[in-house]
Amino acid sequence: MDILEIKNVSKSFVNHKALIDIDLSIPEAKIFGLLGPNGAGKTTLIRIINHITMPDSGEVLLKGQRLNSSHISRIGYLPEERGLYKKMKTGEQALYFAQLKGLSRADALKKLKYWFEKFEIGSWWNKKVEELSKGMQQKVQFIVTILHEPELLIFDEPFSGFDPINTNLLKQEILELKRKGSTILFSTHNMASVEELCDNIALINKSKKILDGDLHEIKETYKSNVFDITFQGNFDKFSASLSANYQIIEVSNKNGNTTGRFKLLNETTTNQLITELLPYGHIVSLNELIPSVNDIFIKLVEEDIPNKG
Amino acid sequence: MSKINHIIKREYLSRVRKKSFIIMSILGPILMAALFIVPALLAMMDTDDEKTVAIADYSNHYKTSFKDKEKLKFVFVNIDSVENLKLNFTKAKYYALLIIPDSTSANNIQLLSNMQPDINTKMYINSMIEGKLRSEKLLALGIDETKLNSINVNVDIKTIKIKSDGSEQISSTEVIMGVGFVAALIIYMFIFIYGAQVMRGVIEEKTNRVVEILVSSVKPFQLMMGKIIGIAMVALTQFALWIVLTLTIVSVAQLAMNDAKVVKTPTEQMMQASNVPSDMQNMDKKGDFLSDAMSTLANLPFGLMIFGFIFYFLGGYLLYASLFAAIGSAVDNETDTQQFMLPLTVPLILSFVMAQFIIQNPDGPLAFWFSIIPFTSPIVMLMRIPFGVPAWELILSMVLLAATFLGTTWLAGKIFRIGILMYGKKVNYRELWKWLRYDN
Repeated sequence: MDILEIKNVSKSFVNHKALIDIDLSIPEAKIFGLLGPNGAGKTTLIRIINHITMPDSGEVLLKGQRLNSSHISRIGYLPEERGLYKKMKTGEQALYFAQLKGLSRADALKKLKYWFEKFEIGSWWNKKVEELSKGMQQKVQFIVTILHEPELLIFDEPFSGFDPINTNLLKQEILELKRKGSTILFSTHNMASVEELCDNIALINKSKKILDGDLHEIKETYKSNVFDITFQGNFDKFSASLSANYQIIEVSNKNGNTTGRFKLLNETTTNQLITELLPYGHIVSLNELIPSVNDIFIKLVEEDIPNKG
Repeated sequence: MSKINHIIKREYLSRVRKKSFIIMSILGPILMAALFIVPALLAMMDTDDEKTVAIADYSNHYKTSFKDKEKLKFVFVNIDSVENLKLNFTKAKYYALLIIPDSTSANNIQLLSNMQPDINTKMYINSMIEGKLRSEKLLALGIDETKLNSINVNVDIKTIKIKSDGSEQISSTEVIMGVGFVAALIIYMFIFIYGAQVMRGVIEEKTNRVVEILVSSVKPFQLMMGKIIGIAMVALTQFALWIVLTLTIVSVAQLAMNDAKVVKTPTEQMMQASNVPSDMQNMDKKGDFLSDAMSTLANLPFGLMIFGFIFYFLGGYLLYASLFAAIGSAVDNETDTQQFMLPLTVPLILSFVMAQFIIQNPDGPLAFWFSIIPFTSPIVMLMRIPFGVPAWELILSMVLLAATFLGTTWLAGKIFRIGILMYGKKVNYRELWKWLRYDN
């Protein structure tokens, strides 16, 4: 079941169209990556989902209901550009934001205590925010976002400003939230984290959706039958006798091994390649080159330019 | 609704707890009390040494004319020793040397001193000589001085207001002017100070990017209203603190001084120092004025004035604060606010500048229009209320003010909603107009 459906959403500002006919379905209890170059319209879309901005046309449904302001407490949003009141005490401030989300004071206190302990910032409760490091402030913001246990969480660049240890901590928390049943919409330029976390992705470029679906399936679609084979033996002799079913893209030598990058043509299989290769030597390894999200991203966005016209 | 309460609470507490608020709350009344107390204190501490003025009277005409008074003595010196005295003036310990030439015309009288003689001494000497010459001239003309004094009249017009039921009420124009002016000044100050605080608060949230987190929980309008109401309560708290503290300080100080000595007000001091003739009449007038002032104060429409003050303070504040909030939302930092501030400050300053003309003619057309137009009425109407304002004018002015602040709040809300999420854009009036026309 889809927790969030975005139907034909368009939004224009004075001088440009920010979103054009966006359709998206976000399945429940999954991590959904919203990707796109700067200025593609991601933040506008996220603001529409958060009921901060209204779309010019189209609609957003949360569990089948048209989005309204009562849904706000069911969504947790960590904006990309985020800040806290510098002069306010950390704990007091977290409590304030929690109460704005509709939690009772007692409830908020109990939960905050748990999370402050868990993120090891309990001793900062009575310190002013301006005394906290950026990473610590980010932790507080993250806690405030998830504290009211929303069904839908929206993280815009959640890892910016975190060191690798805290990034890892945050990733674990995000996976934990997913395990508990929350749906996570996740916007980032950090492709490694997309590969690691996301189940589904959507790619937005120039105000339009150009790709969406299951991450694994997308990768399958975009793989191009290219394999790296590392091999000990007489490579030259082999390549001279090679049939037209293969194309050698590049060859490199390292530590006495030869690595060749092959593109399989005419629906040949890797087994056929191996059979042809075996008489000339000994195979050390064989890997299929699966395109990274990064590759797909760059390829699609670059291809998108001439189409625009 | 509970969300807006949380916002009000935060805005209120974060400001009331600030050191600057506490300092201002204490310093304000001390400064005000100082205005009342310091002159009296200074007068009390007036322990000037006794001054002795040496008189060299070449005319030998004024032997009996100089009466000593407290801290001012006169000594006649031998005219032969004058040159010597001049040479050794600092050693002689005289405050001044008065030289009266040998002539009855009283010209060329000189007062010599090694420092600038103070005005009281000079005036006193003047009056002594004038008094002497005057009596002589009267005598020469055959006019009886006591008869002449008896024709001196002193006119003091009492202003008495006839109320609608025909009863009369003593009122002092000066007191009414003072009360109206003070009320207007306070409203003017509070609108400026706290309106600017609203603006700064919005800019702070915007530059800190707190607003991004806030708007995912609350509506921009709630945020704006929460801030405006919270700060209004800070203003009222400060105002109440000032009144309480000022009264406390003044009454404590008065008690302390009453114990020490009967205090003379600065005015009384002045009168005594110059020792103006017809002292008694003055004292009478003064007593009259005081009792008139008291009865005027007692007869002021206090209920209406307090209601008017609260209404116009809140109305004026809401009107301007919402516009200040809109400005804060439209800019990225305080330096960009200049171009938008001008249209707000002009009517405020204008109404204050016009105050002196309005107060001279509180029923004139200038006063009428300024007290009806909502952008100036909070300040101007307060000056008119003590003089008495026709009910329909008051009601019209209040209705217009209420309607206008609802309107400006609505408009400001539209700008605010867009402005707080807009960064890095130089906003001008055309841009604001576009924001106003967005539907959502």
